[in-house]
Amino acid sequence: MRARSFAIAGAILGLYGLLELLRQTGIISAYWAQIMDLSLIITISAVGLSLIYGFTGQFSLGHAAFYGVGAYTAGFVSKTLGAGAPGFVLALVAGAVAAGLVALLIGLPILRLRSDYLGIATLGFGVIIRVLLDNSHKLSPTLGGAKGMMGVPQLASFVWIFWLAVGAIWLAANLIRSSYGRACISIREDEVAADLMGVNTTALKTLAFVVGGALAGLAGALYAHRYPFLHPSTFDYLKSLDVLLVVVLGGLGSLTGTVVTAIGWVFLLEWLRAVLPSEYMDLRGVVYALVLIVLMIARPQGLLGGSSAKGGKRRATA
Amino acid sequence: MVQFIEQVINGLQLGFVYALIALGYTMVYGIIRLINFAHGDVFMIGAFVGYFGFAVWGLPWPVAILVSMAVCAVVGMAIERLAYRPLRAKGAPNIATLITAIGVSLFIEYFTSLKFVFGPNYRVVARPFAVQVFHLGPVSISSVQILVITVVLVLVAGLQYIVYRTKVGKAMRAVSHDRDAARLMGIDVDRVISYTFAIGSALAAAAGVLFALAYPQISPFMGIMPGLKAFTAAVLGGIGSIPGALLGAVLMGQAETLTAAYITTDFRDAIAFGILILVLLLRPAGLLGKAGPEKV
Amino acid sequence: MKRIAAGILAFAMFAVAGCGGAQLGTSSGTGGQSVKIGFIAPLTGDAKTYGESAKKGFDLALEQAGNKAGNFTVAVTSGDDRNDPTEGVNLATKMISQDKVSAIVGAVTSSVTIPVSEVANSSKIVMITGTATAAKVTVDDKGARKPYAFRAPFIDPFQGQVAAKFAVENLKVKTAAILYDKGNDYSIGLTEEFQKTFAAKGGTVVASLSYGKDDTDFSAIVTNVAAKKPDMIYLPDYYGKVSLIAAAIKAKGLNVPLVGADGWDSNDLDFAALAGGYFTNHYSADDPSPAVQKFVKEYEAKYKAKPDAFAALAYDATNMLLEAIKQAGSTDSEKIRTALQGLKEFPAVGGKLSFDANGNPIKAAAILQVQANKSYKFITSVQP
Repeated sequence: MRARSFAIAGAILGLYGLLELLRQTGIISAYWAQIMDLSLIITISAVGLSLIYGFTGQFSLGHAAFYGVGAYTAGFVSKTLGAGAPGFVLALVAGAVAAGLVALLIGLPILRLRSDYLGIATLGFGVIIRVLLDNSHKLSPTLGGAKGMMGVPQLASFVWIFWLAVGAIWLAANLIRSSYGRACISIREDEVAADLMGVNTTALKTLAFVVGGALAGLAGALYAHRYPFLHPSTFDYLKSLDVLLVVVLGGLGSLTGTVVTAIGWVFLLEWLRAVLPSEYMDLRGVVYALVLIVLMIARPQGLLGGSSAKGGKRRATA
Repeated sequence: MVQFIEQVINGLQLGFVYALIALGYTMVYGIIRLINFAHGDVFMIGAFVGYFGFAVWGLPWPVAILVSMAVCAVVGMAIERLAYRPLRAKGAPNIATLITAIGVSLFIEYFTSLKFVFGPNYRVVARPFAVQVFHLGPVSISSVQILVITVVLVLVAGLQYIVYRTKVGKAMRAVSHDRDAARLMGIDVDRVISYTFAIGSALAAAAGVLFALAYPQISPFMGIMPGLKAFTAAVLGGIGSIPGALLGAVLMGQAETLTAAYITTDFRDAIAFGILILVLLLRPAGLLGKAGPEKV
Repeated sequence: MKRIAAGILAFAMFAVAGCGGAQLGTSSGTGGQSVKIGFIAPLTGDAKTYGESAKKGFDLALEQAGNKAGNFTVAVTSGDDRNDPTEGVNLATKMISQDKVSAIVGAVTSSVTIPVSEVANSSKIVMITGTATAAKVTVDDKGARKPYAFRAPFIDPFQGQVAAKFAVENLKVKTAAILYDKGNDYSIGLTEEFQKTFAAKGGTVVASLSYGKDDTDFSAIVTNVAAKKPDMIYLPDYYGKVSLIAAAIKAKGLNVPLVGADGWDSNDLDFAALAGGYFTNHYSADDPSPAVQKFVKEYEAKYKAKPDAFAALAYDATNMLLEAIKQAGSTDSEKIRTALQGLKEFPAVGGKLSFDANGNPIKAAAILQVQANKSYKFITSVQP
């Protein structure tokens, strides 16, 4: 066990060194470096949703709202404090904490709801956040409202993004392996039975929701410091579907699947841009939808699901 | 006061269109416990077919509504047959079906916005009749509003007849009450579900045509918001309940119009979804729904 | 064990993806007598129609120039931003770091052009947009100029001023109502400026009401507007929303002049509902100037359709950039920037153009009137 941990840590350190070297020498161009950073940011957010939905079974259609709360909060803090490492760190913390708090406030009441109703409630929550962001200039002109927010210092370098992504995955992996994580999985498998076995389902569902929301907030905070313009449209319902698709494709209850799919997904979209002639770009949306439908019908447990979870046979409730 | 009455009429027009969409949601949910996300897109297809009917093929508008209803009934049955039934046969969890429904919704939106289908642009709908404004004393009411309200009342009466006076309706009620028992009684459950989709989709199609007449502009993405709001209406009234859907839709129409008129338009959508979350939390069975034995 | 294997697979994939991508980009360069230009526009998504028009204008300008800018052959790399700010940044980064473009034409909407201009400016690459009208495209958050960002259209505030001036001086109205989209920076910018100028000229804004981008039911706010009995209604939004609002105004039986902005310019406008309305625009197809006539004629010959303002402005932006490259006689971004800033009275479709200190064009606005037979009538032109 111990040797394995060291091996993994060594491999990650080596990977980081290699990538940083390739980036510094320009073998990985600024463009692919940007895409790499984006894929890691999406990974952090997807790991958050994986905790909420993949492991605890709480269906959420409003994940982009937490991402947006994190991005705007961090952007606001960073802009107010000015460029500099302390401000940046504080902004990241603020982004994650704000998203976690919002998750706590919204999660406490709505996590009582059953699966599909919960989905609708989180969808509604996402729309509400979007409307609030559109009107955010009334709270503070810095937030920009529908005109968007610019001027956030671009401080999120690869070293931050990479190690925070590693940290997020490490946190999630440990959480899942802990007794809390086991209890979360039992909620997903059968909430009534878990309750009867003495699992405090409300507390654990809320825990997963808050941690997952905070991770999305952290991802948003990084986004705000890597992309120079924040606009409410970046955080709407369709963006929630993107992350959901990643988690579902990766397989519910598979952290590895989520990480691989999140990275692969971002690179795949960029690769499609390079190979698809522009007159076929329209088909991207159609293909995207078809993949989702066919996958759900053929393998409801997800593309890579079943490798590290026993989530294949789930109780039919309908 | 005059202005208030006019605003209430505006709200009725909107609410009645929502009602037709909400009926489809509520019937489908009642029978297979599925939030049919693609329902708003069937509504959109209905609007386009109706538009082609009276603007391109030159049909009289009542005929265009009927054609659109027929087309969408087939579309609705096809969606159920191709996307939802395979999952039901496998006993897949609710969420898998819900995600599939989201996929179907996205598919319809992106597919119809391809150039050789409907195309991505907004289309302006030229109304097949001139709008007249009638004055009842100081209150003005337009011919479109009268038309919308009348057609919806006729269709709802028709639905009431089907559900309570025909064999199909009786079977639908039986399946929605207890699917297994209904099957044991010799009811072909799959066929009843198929009929339910057909009827719900036909109503959504009619709503689409009326929507296009009342708010004369259509596009492949027009179904999303009315769909979500009609769903909210169905939940508000008590999902699974037909009178509930009507009541919920009328209330939603009024809430939206009156907030826009007297409070603010800035938070219009936020208010609609705020209502949704509150209803889900405080009275998940809705205003007229029966609280089931299901754990919520 | 399986988990480790999968993890290593993930990392390997990641590294290969990064490096594989890197190799794709090493073949380009600015050697010899060619210059590389990037073109960014929404070719899919909700702003697709604008992107397509802009691309037609861009293509036509290049074709007329024989794909040449002075002695340089122009190589184009174009991309779709889906009207998504994230995609816009990725694309601009790609074009600059990988395709090594000397300049970028685009993007089309303000919410994508603002981040693109940030990327271009920090990499010191010239960017000129045909259509993005928000003030912050060429100045940063604190109002300082981004020296490498330019645009061809006049900015939002100017159109609002012109409309207010026209309303008071030509239409002789005393009161106005405004309906605008609170989620659209373009609509908000015009509204603010119209309000200010209209009040300064002695008019009263009796109602200023907002709606959201997904709204289709305007009966409630139109009923409210009708109760205020304004002399005119200002509708600063794109043709889609404006058509719906105009239909609601008509259904209400409200008969006052409607005034709007360049967003009205579209073949898909509801001409029946808006007939008689006025709007400010960048150019008029009826303008007898040779630049306009040449453009309109060749555009119609090539695309079998009348050019809209998006096409005209992208055409202007492209031509100005080509001229600047020619004058600079270099593919060096710094020299192109100096030449572009120094252009004087460039004969464009939108009038004789020069740039002010903020990279915005100094030019007149045309006032057009909507006709029921699907055309526009040129009324007057208003100088800045």
